Amino acid sequence: MSQFRFRSPSALPGFGIAYGFTWIWLSVIVLIPLGAVVLWAASLGPAQIYAIASRPQTFAALRLSFGLSLAAAALNAVFGLIVAWVLTRYSFPGRRLLDAAVDLPFALPTAVAGIALAAIYAPNGWVGSLVPFRIAYTPLGIFVALVFIGLPFVVRTLQPVLADVDRELEEASATLGARRATTVFRIVLPTLVPPLLTGFALAFARAVGEYGSVIFIAGNIPGVSEIAPLLIITRLEQFDYAGATAVATIMLALSFVVLLIVNLTEAWTRRRLGRG
Amino acid sequence: MNRRTAIAFLAALSFAAPVCAGQAVAQTRLTNVSYDPTRELYKDFNAAFEKSWKAETGEDVRVQASHGGSGKQARSVIDGLNADVVTLALAADIDAIASATGKIPADWQKRLPHNSSPYTSTIVFLVRKGNPKGIKDWGDLVKPGVQVITPNPKTSGGARWNYLAAWAYGRQQGGDDKAKEYISALFKNVPVLDSGARGSTTTFAQRGLGDVLLAWENEAFLSFKEFGEDKFEIVYPSISILAEPPVTVVDGNVDKNGTRKAAEAYLNLLYSKEGQTIAARNFYRPVSPELADKADVARFKDLKLVTIDADFGGWKKAQAEHFGDGGTFDQIYQPK
Amino acid sequence: MADAAPPSSPTSESPAARLALIAVAVIFLGFFLFLPLIAVFTEALRNGVGAYLAAFDDPDTISAIKLTVLVAAIAVPLNLVFGLAASWAIAKFEFKGKSLLLTLIDLPFSVSPVVSGMCYVLLFGGQGYFGKWLQSHDLQIIFALPGIVLATVFVTFPFVARELIPLMQEQGTSEEEAALSLGARGFRTFWSVTLPNVRWALLYGVLLCNARAMGEFGAVSVVSGHLRGLTNTVPLQVEILYNDYNFVAAFAVASVLAGLGLVTLAIKTGLEWRYGDEISAAHRR
Repeated sequence: MSQFRFRSPSALPGFGIAYGFTWIWLSVIVLIPLGAVVLWAASLGPAQIYAIASRPQTFAALRLSFGLSLAAAALNAVFGLIVAWVLTRYSFPGRRLLDAAVDLPFALPTAVAGIALAAIYAPNGWVGSLVPFRIAYTPLGIFVALVFIGLPFVVRTLQPVLADVDRELEEASATLGARRATTVFRIVLPTLVPPLLTGFALAFARAVGEYGSVIFIAGNIPGVSEIAPLLIITRLEQFDYAGATAVATIMLALSFVVLLIVNLTEAWTRRRLGRG
Repeated sequence: MNRRTAIAFLAALSFAAPVCAGQAVAQTRLTNVSYDPTRELYKDFNAAFEKSWKAETGEDVRVQASHGGSGKQARSVIDGLNADVVTLALAADIDAIASATGKIPADWQKRLPHNSSPYTSTIVFLVRKGNPKGIKDWGDLVKPGVQVITPNPKTSGGARWNYLAAWAYGRQQGGDDKAKEYISALFKNVPVLDSGARGSTTTFAQRGLGDVLLAWENEAFLSFKEFGEDKFEIVYPSISILAEPPVTVVDGNVDKNGTRKAAEAYLNLLYSKEGQTIAARNFYRPVSPELADKADVARFKDLKLVTIDADFGGWKKAQAEHFGDGGTFDQIYQPK
Repeated sequence: MADAAPPSSPTSESPAARLALIAVAVIFLGFFLFLPLIAVFTEALRNGVGAYLAAFDDPDTISAIKLTVLVAAIAVPLNLVFGLAASWAIAKFEFKGKSLLLTLIDLPFSVSPVVSGMCYVLLFGGQGYFGKWLQSHDLQIIFALPGIVLATVFVTFPFVARELIPLMQEQGTSEEEAALSLGARGFRTFWSVTLPNVRWALLYGVLLCNARAMGEFGAVSVVSGHLRGLTNTVPLQVEILYNDYNFVAAFAVASVLAGLGLVTLAIKTGLEWRYGDEISAAHRR
């Protein structure tokens, strides 16, 4: 064990207390409570958890939640890229206002967003009455809500990187006779792939668990428009704690994996770029 | 801004506003945990009880109400919500509290008259003015192109009454197999399952979705009052169910809180002339109609009603058979 | 933020393409961001200013506002202290398992709010692991202030730390080392060197944390019990009013929360405008 170094030497004081406090507080607020969920689910045994997860209704809800979250994160990746591009590279009247508004889904309470979205996309709402198909109370409505809450993640992870991109490379590319489109797609966009993936993953992770803004606009029909968090609530309200924790554990495991991948990618990128 | 003001601002921001949630005066507090559509009823009734308790004992009492889907409310009490009385949508939810916590004796439903239900209701159809889809009875609900709004029976008490009323109609057409067929067809026409009765009413009335709302009779009448008489009509089906929302004292909690006397008086007042009058005024059918206002009682139409005990073998059986895991409701959504 | 290049530069898009991109961005944001916001205020003011103001005449709404302020006033400082400690340990030192620790700090962010509320029910609820003990000692955690505070702390857990860590990492340790070598003690170094360097990011983290703390719905809904005038926070009160068919009041109260969000964004934009580099560095992960 003598070769093992837990931390690199540093002149700064206070590591022990800050590090210890971080773990203690983290344990009290996050780890122990989440541990309770896992522990409760574990009392079922793996066979039982598998049985719950593979039940058609559970499976359909998980598939819906993950599928729609992926789709919403993908749409956000495309439009988020355009928004971030426009906000960092162009100047036009109202740019600052747009820039500020991107954080709105962060700051706006989810329940407020939910009833507002329901009011807009209901059959008699502003948008709902204009289109010939239903938006609210269908998977499409859930999709709209998930796009709403996921948007800031993509834009905010892309913006600083986009601002940092070395313009000289683009100039060089242009000097060598590349058309603008070629420069953008061959030179600029590849450097944006890591932050785009991070933003995508964050938007996805957030969307999978979202409840407040979705619940008012989802149709909640089992197998069609019932999301996984609602399934947890439904099970809880039927006094089926074990069932609720089983679904919750599956979701927890998945979001942990997504986040771990994001953080490892970030650490790897930082090391590669020699930052930090 | 220099550094010091910035830090001072931060400090002010985080530590300011030590306003306390107001609860200063020492007075008896009674908590009534109820289901969704009773909001208006208990708003009225709580005020009446506070007055009557003051007149009787000279003490001030404040009744705190909590409303939500019946199952969710029962879950909260099981998890430790300090309810003195529960007034839920159906006996099964109170049974669940009794068996999970032991705070209510198993035979609670025998303690008060009429199965511990001081008021009853039934399930009716609310349709849009002029009844454009010509809905007369349950049979019309399964026609193609008719959209039916009902909450989710897994979480809403009212929805369970809806479901059983529909089942009773289906059974009338040719036994339980027929009923199962009918109910599957019915739920094919349901585009939204809200978690509580209120959510469904809002979806139907405010959001304009659906052709017919399966609703508590009291909720249907209330929607006239809230949204205007010119928007909706009530249709009474040929058969429905006698919905008995029961009430009980939570013994384990009142003994701890020292509120047993007030809690019992609260429930007894529901059965008195005053309570029955208030119930009828809020569109609930009083169990002693002679005590309530004649004009209020006259609104309720007579119709053929099945009951949970005689026709479904009680809530214990009905709950497991229809709404438990793998029950008839789950089977509707099972891919074949 | 980079200034726009002149229109005809070879390193920028053609004016038509730029216009198209801007149009796409504006339409997209308009649909997904501005429309809901406008809807809130339109619905709130549907019956005029009088009806709007009348919504705040309800004692239950007032006590919901008080409770929400109280909860935020407890939860935000707790996360502020945690955020400072965590970012000090993570940004200024190298140790094994840093990615794991970061992931765990981020976890509440992607945990469904429903689960965040439920985990406290499993611990402190009547059927929970500590339920019997709490009941025999007559302690109420869920369906009371402590439960609401816990759920709020949980959902806002990463906000301050997440704003500080990237910035402090970027700034490195040289300034602190200089201060120490000049004889300053540890805490003094932190107070007069580190803290001033990150103050704007810190303020922004606190603001976001505060907005989220006041606006949390899902997690608080599970642990609140919905006792009117007692354990209802503002977002829950919005739901209650909405379900009471009191739509104008629901949107009026909601508009306060939306307004809080807007104020947060306005302060943040103001800060960025004056101290742009510092803050944008915080986002440079």
